[in-house]
Amino acid sequence: MMPSAIPLEWYLIVGFLLFAIGVVGVLVRRSIIMVLLSIELMLNSANITFIAYAYYLQNITGQIMVFFILMMAAAEVALGLALVIALYRVRATLNVDEINLLKW
Amino acid sequence: MIPQALFFYFAGMTVLSAVVAIVSRNLIFSALSLLVTFIHIAGLYILLHAEFVAAVQIIVYAGAILVLYLFVLMLFNPKSESFYLHRQFPIAIFLGVVLCGLMVLSVFRTEILGHLPTAVKTTVRGLQQSMGNTQMIGNALYTDFIFPFEIASFILLVGLIGAILLAGRHLDRKQ
Repeated sequence: MMPSAIPLEWYLIVGFLLFAIGVVGVLVRRSIIMVLLSIELMLNSANITFIAYAYYLQNITGQIMVFFILMMAAAEVALGLALVIALYRVRATLNVDEINLLKW
Repeated sequence: MIPQALFFYFAGMTVLSAVVAIVSRNLIFSALSLLVTFIHIAGLYILLHAEFVAAVQIIVYAGAILVLYLFVLMLFNPKSESFYLHRQFPIAIFLGVVLCGLMVLSVFRTEILGHLPTAVKTTVRGLQQSMGNTQMIGNALYTDFIFPFEIASFILLVGLIGAILLAGRHLDRKQ
């Protein structure tokens, strides 16, 4: 076993707490920028889980996956904020309750 | 003893500043406490012997993504935010607690923790003594993962062009 004093479960619990906080943030906040920030939190919790398993399973693939998640997060933020700016030009609001153009 | 203390500091600050980011009414405070979260997550990565990922986390998340958020926030003048919480927030908090409880339960009920693989060749610690973390990541990224790497560069190109097209000035011409 690893000579580490910290069990894997602790890292997993931190990641899961972050994920739950991100889910609550997406559901609770009404500003669309805060929804995007909460999605960042959820991506980071996935990253923590990947890195923890990469260390405890002694496999470098988990760290490689974090790079691809990071790349995806960067592209998502650029596109998401561009969409927010375009939306603000058209509707002049950031409230997700008022953005109901496609609501059924 | 010292690793546990460091772990509790980094984990506690991560969760605490994430909660502050969610409940803070001011969007600038939210973004700044998210910066604290990202930096402490990088500390967790260093505890897990992923030094290169920790550096990339600070450079990309704290340096690039957060700055992008702050630019957009400054653009929108968030002091005029008159809406804060959605009316469904008790249900949302209940759902979050249930989700977290289920995931923590699944941690303690699965057997995967006991099975360390024996056939894995690219070990973290075994190779780290001879190569180092960065060299090992480069070795894996440019040999086994070269095709996903190219796909990643293409996705970044799509993000670049899409952001320019979406946020560009061509929308104003329609008015």
